[in-house]
Amino acid sequence: MSERGRGLWGDASRRLRRNRAAVASLAVLGLLVIASLVAPALSRFALDEVDWSLATLASPPSFANGHWFGTDSNGRDLFVRVWAGTQVSLLVALLATAVSLVIGVAWGATAGYLGGRVDDWMMRFVDVLYALPYMFFVIILTVAFGRSLFLIFLAIGAVGWLTMARIVRGQALALRRQPFVDAAITLGLPARRIIARHIVPNVAGTVIVYATLTVPQVILFESFLSFLGLGVQEPLTSLGRLVAEGAAEMESAPWQLLAPSAVLATILLCLNFLGDGLRDALDPRQRP
Amino acid sequence: MSAAPLLTVRDLRVEFDTPEGAARAVSGVSLDVMPGECLAVVGESGSGKSQLFLACLGLTAGNGRVSGSARLLGQELVGLTERQLNACRGTQVAMVFQDPMNALTPHLRIGRQLTEGLTDRGLLDVSAARRRALEALIAVGLPDPESRLDQYPHELSGGQRQRVAIAMALVCGPSLLVADEPTTALDVTVQAQVLRVLRQSRERGLSIVMITHDLGVVAGLADRVAVMYAGRVVEMAPAQELFDAPAHPYTAALLASVPRIAGAQSDRLAAIDGQPPRPQDRLPGCRFAPRCLQARDVCRAVEPETMTTDARAVACHAPLRQGWPS
Repeated sequence: MSERGRGLWGDASRRLRRNRAAVASLAVLGLLVIASLVAPALSRFALDEVDWSLATLASPPSFANGHWFGTDSNGRDLFVRVWAGTQVSLLVALLATAVSLVIGVAWGATAGYLGGRVDDWMMRFVDVLYALPYMFFVIILTVAFGRSLFLIFLAIGAVGWLTMARIVRGQALALRRQPFVDAAITLGLPARRIIARHIVPNVAGTVIVYATLTVPQVILFESFLSFLGLGVQEPLTSLGRLVAEGAAEMESAPWQLLAPSAVLATILLCLNFLGDGLRDALDPRQRP
Repeated sequence: MSAAPLLTVRDLRVEFDTPEGAARAVSGVSLDVMPGECLAVVGESGSGKSQLFLACLGLTAGNGRVSGSARLLGQELVGLTERQLNACRGTQVAMVFQDPMNALTPHLRIGRQLTEGLTDRGLLDVSAARRRALEALIAVGLPDPESRLDQYPHELSGGQRQRVAIAMALVCGPSLLVADEPTTALDVTVQAQVLRVLRQSRERGLSIVMITHDLGVVAGLADRVAVMYAGRVVEMAPAQELFDAPAHPYTAALLASVPRIAGAQSDRLAAIDGQPPRPQDRLPGCRFAPRCLQARDVCRAVEPETMTTDARAVACHAPLRQGWPS
């Protein structure tokens, strides 16, 4: 509905635009996304192409031979690999966070609002999932569905929503005792409307900050999965993998660590600023 | 008073399970609310006055049990499912709460909060609902109603928020409004504004149940008064008669403890000694007996029946007013 759009999100975007750090972060993130999409296509090297013309396979950054970020230990162009990795990492991070956000918020808000026995059962279910080793869970998923990038979103999201559900449930538990919830009940609004309109928007601040903290976790978790051979497979790569490979060659070829780390750090910093700005923007009590 | 009562409560009981046994918040209350009248329900904290009407609206907490009967427009409310209750909440009976500062969802504009009851039910489309909301804001006398629709709750003062809360309760056109201490959290000048809004609503035909412990509020608005003590209605009478000639010793003591500017100056305000019984306690006899100056042996042994004349009712072995059989 147009009314609602203008109400919450319209105002929020207006307030967000006044936050310089958030706007700058958004711009930098936008540039990174564009770079990650465009750079691999424009480069004269392919992702898995070994440059045999080099004196050594791992050569430092140089404009002369066209390897702007240098090459990795196998002689592949790092510039292309970093941007391709950025593409994968951002995709995994954002989609997995989105999955955990949707499930976690819906689950937690429902449990917290309804309370009582429903809450007990829903949260015990979360406890049980928490107790299961997530690697076990991911391996089962891999066996059942085969390897795909989509599976990684699902697997990470399926693990990540548990904490989100607990956080949201705690907030919803406090919110359902607020008079405005009673007022909504006496207006005859059904529970799902009250959850959607009076509970969830009130936890948005907490949720968004937690989500921006989830993104770096997901990126690192993905690199861990890849390391075990369950994540992204060669020749495709991700920032997490590149950092891990770079760390191994830190002394002999520091550029292999610096290039992906710099991009990763920039992404995380921008997401934190953006999350902070979003939290403020979604609270109408903040300056208009 | 004619016609059928709007709300008929018969022998309504509300009990809560507590570790110390069942706590009786409301024990066997019967009362009627007539169309267009304002009934004040008076009592101190814990007398069950709020729980009585929360039970009618199906808002009793999870560890509570409600028994008895509450019929609104002929429909039994006790035991309805949430879905059935939602059909009459807002459209037939609405409620206004004590704390106006938290009565509105902070992130929703006033207009949206006022209209959601209408649009969610599909009663009106968005623009028609907005017009109705504007009318409701005009009806509660909020200055500059047009721009209020686009404001957030924090931009309004407490009194303004309470008037918005009343407008929100009335926007779906209920025939009964339950106001649970609507003026308690407000300062005196703002109280007067809110009471004027309620009075005007009643003049338009709305029935109001006013839950309060402020007898001054009662005097200005109520047609009839029900006095509650420890989960029971101890006296019910037309407002003026109750003030002129209270029949129950508790009512008399309550009236005596209201500060007066005119009249005899005494150094201290009269107070009722002692504490009301805890809802877990099971006392024989009248629940007010331990604090009652007129208490006799029978009062401590036998629970008094409610005696009714045409307009009044009192539950006491020794009513103060002449004309009651005693």
